[in-house]
Amino acid sequence: MLFSAGGVVAALLIPIQLFLFGLAIPLGWLPGPTYASLLALAAHPLARLYLLVLCTLPLFHWAHRFRYTLYDGLQIKHLNELINTFCYGGAIVGSILAAYLLWRM
Amino acid sequence: MAVPVEYVPKTFRPRLSTYWWLGRWPYLRFILRELSSVSVAWFVVVTLVQIRALKRGPASYLAFQGWMRHPVLIVLNAIAFFFVIFHAVTWFNLAPKAMAVRLGGKRVPSLMIALPNYVAWAVVSAGVAWILLRG
Repeated sequence: MLFSAGGVVAALLIPIQLFLFGLAIPLGWLPGPTYASLLALAAHPLARLYLLVLCTLPLFHWAHRFRYTLYDGLQIKHLNELINTFCYGGAIVGSILAAYLLWRM
Repeated sequence: MAVPVEYVPKTFRPRLSTYWWLGRWPYLRFILRELSSVSVAWFVVVTLVQIRALKRGPASYLAFQGWMRHPVLIVLNAIAFFFVIFHAVTWFNLAPKAMAVRLGGKRVPSLMIALPNYVAWAVVSAGVAWILLRG
């Protein structure tokens, strides 16, 4: 279920966010928000919730998908303990980091 | 005299090559679709770095913006962007296959199920862009 939720969040939200912050704003195609306005925006409780969802669910989507890609793609299912630790552990660490960062903006 | 034992042959299961997915385009396309998840994780990492920079003050955020303008980052983000689009499109196109919806006995065409996803995608994207760009 986490995988599906993460997939939906990733599909709906990541494209526009990545387009804006990864390409359009750095390349000057569009004017980005000023530091002050972005900080004010991000500090809002709803924004923090949005960012928490944006930064946790897709990680679990990656974890699940990447795990099976390693199993099936590289045929290394015998390394499953290592793979599981890396994938789900990584997702958990990332989620904790996100929660910690967003707890106090 | 030895007791006869019934011989049960082991099923023949050929070991698959590590590079099986390079053999045919549909296989490669499948692996690329699954690897789009790496771009998803990349985005989360960049966003967490961005949030941390934001928290640390204007100088820190300015440094982050400089970092994001670096050609290597632009290229990485461009590649990630294409993979993320690929993820979204393949994800939305899977929805009809996962939900076989029937209306009045006839199966609803795939487009009718995928389309609301695309509409939601456009609306949500416009909303996010509006919030972020209005300054």
